[in-house]
Amino acid sequence: MFSFEQDPGANFGELLKRVGLSPFGDSLPVNEILVPHATTCVALRCANGVVMAGDRRATSGNLISHREMEKVVQADQFSGVAIAGAAGPAMEMVKLFQLQIEHYEKVEGQSLSLEGKANQLSMFVRSNLPAAMQGFMVVPIFAGYDTLLNHGRLWNYDATGGRYEEHDFVATGSGMLHAGTVLRMGWRRDMTVDDGVVLTARALWEASVADSATGGPDALRGIYPVIASITSDGFARIDDARLKNTYDEIAKGVGQQ
Amino acid sequence: MSMPFYVAPEQMMKDRADYARKGIARGRALIALQYIDGIALVAENPSNTLRKISEIYDRIAFAGVGKYNEFDQLRVAGVRAADLKGYQFSRLDVDARGLANQYAQILGQTFTHEMKPLEVEILVAEVGLTQERDQLFHIMYDGTVIDEHQFTVLGGDMEAIRTRLVERFVPQASLQDAVKFAHQALSLNDQQIVSSELEVAVLVRNNSRRCFSRLSQATIVQYLA
Repeated sequence: MFSFEQDPGANFGELLKRVGLSPFGDSLPVNEILVPHATTCVALRCANGVVMAGDRRATSGNLISHREMEKVVQADQFSGVAIAGAAGPAMEMVKLFQLQIEHYEKVEGQSLSLEGKANQLSMFVRSNLPAAMQGFMVVPIFAGYDTLLNHGRLWNYDATGGRYEEHDFVATGSGMLHAGTVLRMGWRRDMTVDDGVVLTARALWEASVADSATGGPDALRGIYPVIASITSDGFARIDDARLKNTYDEIAKGVGQQ
Repeated sequence: MSMPFYVAPEQMMKDRADYARKGIARGRALIALQYIDGIALVAENPSNTLRKISEIYDRIAFAGVGKYNEFDQLRVAGVRAADLKGYQFSRLDVDARGLANQYAQILGQTFTHEMKPLEVEILVAEVGLTQERDQLFHIMYDGTVIDEHQFTVLGGDMEAIRTRLVERFVPQASLQDAVKFAHQALSLNDQQIVSSELEVAVLVRNNSRRCFSRLSQATIVQYLA
């Protein structure tokens, strides 16, 4: 017997769901709403810092909801965050994270250590766990130049706030497998920032070829991935003209005759 | 039943004001003045870590004289109010006038209702997009707000320092000259304040989001040479 609220009435599909036999699966919440999702971000460590990169596409199901989303954002002078997952909560999380870092610096009179910032972001991701269980997962990458240790550092997160420091490279989002493979093949310990820009550009391009939720370079509209370097000089975004050249070079190597 | 002594309100206010003024006069003074690219804040401060001047928001700085723990509490309250407002609305909605009014409320409330007034004088400075839109709010221990132009002086020996600054101040000066004017004005009785006891920060009118920065000791020495 079903309670009054649970009674499926004459709806057989609903009845199957109630007894746990639905052919469509019930892993998704009944009232899930479709929100834009951001995808594929990568970061790698090079000899004098880190390089971060993210594609520009956000998808809602099989539709493209944004072409020029910026998933790699500056957190403060020496660090940046790249986000994959539900765009709304992710953007809110980044905004809060930036504010938290600045607020701390102003109230305390000095900046948080890079490790402290990584830890703080971990708490934000963890606090998003209930939303993640409903499908609004946010999985960031945090990278920066550690001014105490004088080298670049990377962190990867999982949906529960787990924080994993990586020493070589990291990829997240729906295209992470493809992008990660390119990084694994191309990464070298003594890479310069310029090498890192080329390799991350290549990784995102390969991911966009194999993963429909990852956007590739869009020469018609002049939209290129956001790629940034963080060194002892601070956070610097690579300008589009340079990325255009980088992709032209890649195209020469892989394009058809 | 004992009768409380009657104290005339005029007398009570006067006593409190005298008390606050005495506390403030013990501290060392501070100057804020416009220069060609923004606002310079110069304070006599023997400590290299306990700051009198600090950042509140993108274009807003705070400076306090008097009792350190009291103005530092006000500073933190300002940072909180500004960050909250910027988060809730937009970064553009945070302005010095609003903050100055909030500070005036706190100081006025404490002055009339608490046992002890706050022994501080504070400054809220905002660098505008143009020089005409720069704002300097000088807030007294009793919550009086003074909207100042071009420059302002806070703290002990205020009148003497102001007179010396008026003699030297030139609008549209370079930063180096502005720091020199302030240094000379603060050095009463022609005893030069040593550069290591000077705290200098600027709000620079440029395109970056956060306009506040401190001058390093090396730069201050170079400017005063």
